Amino acid sequence: MSKFSKGKKKPQPAISTASLPDIVFMLLFFFMVVTKLRDSELMVKVATPFATQLTKLEDKSLVNYLYIGRPVEKYKATYGTKPRLQLSDKFANINEIPIFLERFRVKIPEAQRTKITTSLRVDGQVTMGIVQDVKTALRKANQLKINYSAKKRPE
Amino acid sequence: MAKKNSRDRMSNEINAGSMADIAFLLLIFFLVTTTIAEDKGITVKLPPWSEEDPDITKLKSRNVFAVLVNAQNDLLVRGEVMDITMLREKTKEFIVNPTKREDLSERPTKAIITLKNDRGTNYETYVSVYNELKAAYDELWDEMCLRKYGVKYSEELPLAWRKSIKDEIPMVLSEAEPTNFGEEK
Repeated sequence: MSKFSKGKKKPQPAISTASLPDIVFMLLFFFMVVTKLRDSELMVKVATPFATQLTKLEDKSLVNYLYIGRPVEKYKATYGTKPRLQLSDKFANINEIPIFLERFRVKIPEAQRTKITTSLRVDGQVTMGIVQDVKTALRKANQLKINYSAKKRPE
Repeated sequence: MAKKNSRDRMSNEINAGSMADIAFLLLIFFLVTTTIAEDKGITVKLPPWSEEDPDITKLKSRNVFAVLVNAQNDLLVRGEVMDITMLREKTKEFIVNPTKREDLSERPTKAIITLKNDRGTNYETYVSVYNELKAAYDELWDEMCLRKYGVKYSEELPLAWRKSIKDEIPMVLSEAEPTNFGEEK
């Protein structure tokens, strides 16, 4: 045996790809953890305005979302172009807000209910009328902690 | 031959080479379907609902900083038209009143900012006005905190520090019921 292999150089071993799945799984888990699947399809166009004095919403399980904007192309024929409110996955009226808030509230442990924040995701090109009505409804429903969703203004 | 082949098959391990492909497939699926939700915004505490309007007639007019925004998104600050870029500086000057002027607030604790908009005001304008007013307070808190404790103001500071600063410069921003001249039909 040794007689044959003497003169030959040993071939370079190929780089092992056995750990590749591990690396990919690691990436996969990272993305699975940091991302949040959008729970509702947006039926209104929401491009939030820019601002500088932003606070980050820490605990996402204590946040509920209200969307206000003009209906997207698909729904323009049925719902018109006036700004509309969207709660979870359908268009809603202002008077449905208390029920929506209550449904969210009962899922939260009692001790944490005061920490619930309502995030208003409002399109920048909407007039204040509907926003004001929503704010009044929130005040009447005693949901006072709100957050005007906004993007960081580029320098 | 056949016998040898079958023995080979028995001793073969499951080929794990395609594992990476499967994982990649999943990875790409998650990359495509998800959006890293950025949850940032201006946090506001709304006043509790009450039926009667708050009475601000008892306040001295020098302590009130009235900001009006109309349906054309123009600003009227204390009766004068103002550009939004000036708002932050003017607000800070009003609150602190460094030169002790007669027409600005007596003390930061007495300063009140009122914001009134129209139902036809653009939300974008409203947010940027609110942002400027909040920025004025944030900057004042930062300055005072740097003077007192040598660090910038943040929510992580001890409660006593934050309280001492907010006692000296409390943020009082009252929003009046909007006018209704320019709401879209």
